Amino acid sequence: MSLKEKLVSSFLAFELDTNILSNVHKIRSQSIKEFEKIGFPNSKDEYWKYTPVKKILNEKLTLFNKKRHLIEFDKVKDFFLNGIESYKLVFIDGMFDPLWSDTTHEEADVCILSSVLEKEKYNDVISKYYNKLVNSKESFSLLNSSFSKEGAYVHVPKNVVLDKPVEIVHINSGGESSLMLQPRSLIVLDKNSKAQIIESHYSLTSKSESSLNKADDFIDPLTNSLTEIHINENSNLDFYKIQNDIETSSIIDNTYINQKSNSEVSCHTFSFGGNIVRNNLNFFQDGSNINSILKGVTILGANQHTDHHTLVHHANPNCESYQEYKGIYNDRSTGVFNGRVVVDKIAQKINAFQQNNNLIIGDNATVNTKPQLEIFADDVKCSHGCTIGQLDKEALFYLKARGINENDAKGLLTYAFANNVLENVKMQVLKSKIKKIIADKIGVNLGFEL
Amino acid sequence: MLKIENLHVSIDDKEILKGLSLDVKRGEIHAIMGPNGSGKSTLSSVIAGSEDYEVVKGNIFYNDENIEDLSAEERANKGIFMSFQYPVEIPGITVTNFIKTAINSNLKARGEKEMPAGDMLKKIREKSKLLEIDSKFLSRSLNEGFSGGEKKRNEIFQMAMLEPSLAILDETDSGLDIDALKIVANGVNKLKNDDNAIIIITHYQRLLDYILPDFVHVLQDGKITKSGDKSLALELEEKGYDWI
Repeated sequence: MSLKEKLVSSFLAFELDTNILSNVHKIRSQSIKEFEKIGFPNSKDEYWKYTPVKKILNEKLTLFNKKRHLIEFDKVKDFFLNGIESYKLVFIDGMFDPLWSDTTHEEADVCILSSVLEKEKYNDVISKYYNKLVNSKESFSLLNSSFSKEGAYVHVPKNVVLDKPVEIVHINSGGESSLMLQPRSLIVLDKNSKAQIIESHYSLTSKSESSLNKADDFIDPLTNSLTEIHINENSNLDFYKIQNDIETSSIIDNTYINQKSNSEVSCHTFSFGGNIVRNNLNFFQDGSNINSILKGVTILGANQHTDHHTLVHHANPNCESYQEYKGIYNDRSTGVFNGRVVVDKIAQKINAFQQNNNLIIGDNATVNTKPQLEIFADDVKCSHGCTIGQLDKEALFYLKARGINENDAKGLLTYAFANNVLENVKMQVLKSKIKKIIADKIGVNLGFEL
Repeated sequence: MLKIENLHVSIDDKEILKGLSLDVKRGEIHAIMGPNGSGKSTLSSVIAGSEDYEVVKGNIFYNDENIEDLSAEERANKGIFMSFQYPVEIPGITVTNFIKTAINSNLKARGEKEMPAGDMLKKIREKSKLLEIDSKFLSRSLNEGFSGGEKKRNEIFQMAMLEPSLAILDETDSGLDIDALKIVANGVNKLKNDDNAIIIITHYQRLLDYILPDFVHVLQDGKITKSGDKSLALELEEKGYDWI
């Protein structure tokens, strides 16, 4: 049986086991029907041309966890922000872990989606916002809509500035083979509100451990994640995605963001590894005077693969978008950047900027980068640029002439290349955490504190 | 300290230095002047250890050691410093972090301990004051968006921090207005002592109004064609290079 057939046939059994509101049931049934029709994409599909998705669609994948795995705190404490208070939603192998989580229902709701989906009192919010932004022709989104039942729920009411950042942490315990996880998050910011959210994916199935603990037929987890984000008028969200320590795991991530007038969203994606990682980041500007900021740093090695597909849809006048993605590719790693910008005919006075710079360090690394501008308005400013190259020789000489040895100089320049994208990260603890991860990934010994 | 003997240097098979000799002793300031394309910048790059050039013939001795096979970083570790004519912009690293890295790299290469953070800070404060550099400037990305004058001032700030034995100032005066020129010259003069040496490579003599050279050399077509004292610079300013 193919994975598709297996998933479709398991739907009913799965659904019986799920306690949710009836309108959500409807969404799930429709989604699986649609998925059955279109199935998985393949490399002939332009949208998936450079990402060998077939590689991770193992027919042994399953939606059913065999048991709950416990993890010692010592192993995961570095996954959290240290030194500041935060709300926490922790999921281990897709299941909520209340022990390390810190939820709230006081000035805002920060809790798990499963409990929201089963309670009548959330019916209004769910009917208004759940599954409203999702592309109904995208296989993985449909699959998530069919099977997801757990994830984060963040609702910030109007005029509230959330007092602490929210950490949504997904951890693969590595204790179970063949897991296919379907985390689903819903984030709603009402008018005049503000929040900072960090979503991170970690895996305890690193290569070194896997050879010791795992059987030969161990199949690494595939996470198919979907996040819907609704930003209402005058609101502001800083969203950070961290994909780290997932050497052998794979992630397909679909994030849909809808912005109303006078709102600003910045989304940083830090992709630091993974067997196959695909990020589909979709912005829809549903109003005027909107600013959308998309930034990314990708650092890969070995045979890792990361694919960023961004879409910014300018549907209204007087808005801005700013995209800056940088990639550093070692060994035989491969990267894709496909930045699509759509400007509707009525969307005049748009300022859209897009930049993708890549540093190829490994002799066998590959990058495919493609700006895709579809502009139907005539009074707009859209620019894009991409580079693929090596470290600048003159810069290298400059550093060496100051007494910095070649290796350190290369490391420092590589670090500088990536570090330059972090200027919009407002949370200081997060900024230094990311800087440390970057320095660590590059393997540079910096002569200064971060 | 620096002894160059019959140096022939090529880039892409084109010979640029054609038998240049120079002898610089501790405590001396030498100025090398010459028209465009005479090989001035090649000379400074070759001393600093750039790999773009090929030494075809001749020797460079630094403290009696032939440095031909030493890399740029090894030369820097031994106390050779070049102030770049066109300092490279490096977004993502602040001036402060860059200089910290450079200082500790040099200390490490010499087998010494890293400089304690407090001492480093004190030194940065002291030297930035010498060059009238604002503290905001120090937390900007290295050379990124700096004006010509800021870049040059930053070069001399680095020189002040690294305290080299031999400093080569390659066209440090270009791009400087008169105020900045005075600040830079004052900085260089304060850094000068009996143990170090400075080579000033320049087009014009105006920097030499502020930094007084012991010797002036004329570089023409890859060779030093005339040497003299400070008065030679004034003569060049007046008459140009053709009369030599």
